[in-house]
Amino acid sequence: MEFEEIDFEHKISAHCENGVVANLLKHYGLQLSEPMVFGIGSGIFFTYLPFIKLNGAPVTSFRPMPGAIFKRINKCLGIKTITKKFPSNPKLSMEELDRLLSKRIPVGMVVGVYNLTYFPAPLKFHFNAHNIVVYRKEGNNYLVSDPIMENPEWISDEDLEVVRYAKGTYKPKGKLYYINQVPQQIDIKKAIKRAIKYSSIMMVKAPGPVIGVSGMRLLAKAIAKWPKKYDSKRAARNLGSVIRMQEEIGTGGAGFRFLYAAFLQEASSIFNSNELSKLSDEMTLIGDKWRKFAVNSGRVVKNRPQNNESYHSVSKELMEIADLEEDLFKNLFKLKL
Amino acid sequence: MKLSEVPMDDANVLEGKTSFVQYAVDNEGKYVEVKSPGFKPQNIALEQAWEEVEENIKVSADLVLENKKSPIYFFMHQEIMDVKILSEYVDMPRWKVKRHLNPRNFSKLSDDVLQKYVKLFKLNSVEDLKQFDLVKWNLRK
Repeated sequence: MEFEEIDFEHKISAHCENGVVANLLKHYGLQLSEPMVFGIGSGIFFTYLPFIKLNGAPVTSFRPMPGAIFKRINKCLGIKTITKKFPSNPKLSMEELDRLLSKRIPVGMVVGVYNLTYFPAPLKFHFNAHNIVVYRKEGNNYLVSDPIMENPEWISDEDLEVVRYAKGTYKPKGKLYYINQVPQQIDIKKAIKRAIKYSSIMMVKAPGPVIGVSGMRLLAKAIAKWPKKYDSKRAARNLGSVIRMQEEIGTGGAGFRFLYAAFLQEASSIFNSNELSKLSDEMTLIGDKWRKFAVNSGRVVKNRPQNNESYHSVSKELMEIADLEEDLFKNLFKLKL
Repeated sequence: MKLSEVPMDDANVLEGKTSFVQYAVDNEGKYVEVKSPGFKPQNIALEQAWEEVEENIKVSADLVLENKKSPIYFFMHQEIMDVKILSEYVDMPRWKVKRHLNPRNFSKLSDDVLQKYVKLFKLNSVEDLKQFDLVKWNLRK
């Protein structure tokens, strides 16, 4: 197979899915900032799933399901994409990748990071919802635009196949995706309005106790109980895992809250809206509170205190954040643009 | 978060290979991208996670040396796996893999089965798996 060079521009970003989507859209002539991609993709989210365990701790997530941002942004902007999965046929999925590259199509895919050769070792855990774009093949090696990395990285065909068929929670199963068609004209205002509505609904009106501000309150209540329920080690591990989800790779700080504030700010200038600008400032303050929550939780994790007080105090902090976010997203929902 | 507040707490989490992109507000109140090497609470949480991994590896090595667990148990922990992930990687049911962690069952395994583990753990041969040599495997990491 012949592989012509694809003129693809790699750019590092805070979050892998935003980065992949922004880089792919730019390749097809649609230039959006990372906050804009994140906002229109309704990436702001919260969920606490006490009954699902990841590396031994209950799952906390500040982002929706992997792939959701891409799906939302396609819906809001009318972009046509093709997604394929090859659950039990690695050979076929690698052949499909080559076929697309030979047609000069950059290919997005989901991989696990544990065996990702170029990744910083301290971040290699069995985490399977990482997004990358492959855009060139030379010999047996592929060139990868990984939004977490400063520069494009090479990976061998064998190693790529391993990470595309990583095992554990959220198996990627060789999933790949690419853009088929970008509309000539997009209505960015309409897309922003729709996305803000969608996000506010997810944050304050989603049914059940695990999503949005309800999920934050559920987590806050759980944190207060951890020192009684578990030994100091396990309680600290649970809290440590919350911090990692909030701050580790890809959130742009404070569990995406600063990214969302940046989106609201960009939107405020598009709509010339003072209200949006004010809400962006509020989101920034909420982000600062999340940061403080992480700092205080980090202290608890490090000292592993025997008393319940420190857990109670971070639990209270989280309750306050939930109240503030509830107000903010209710105001966003009511906002007439 | 103001530009001046962007944490610059470097604990070599990224090994100099890349940086974290953070969003912060500049003097005019405008959001800009800033690159950062890390944030202290995150470094603490990550360090805690690795400490736990190391401890699990140590405990599992002792259990293997005391012949309470098979060598597979040690390598499973070295690869930060649990029985569920391990069984998926070697493509065998969980109950079977669990049995293989028992030294008595392990000693009866055929080379074909052992070979699956050898490949996954990137060992040289079945002998490497059977002749558990702690010094050798600790050096490897």
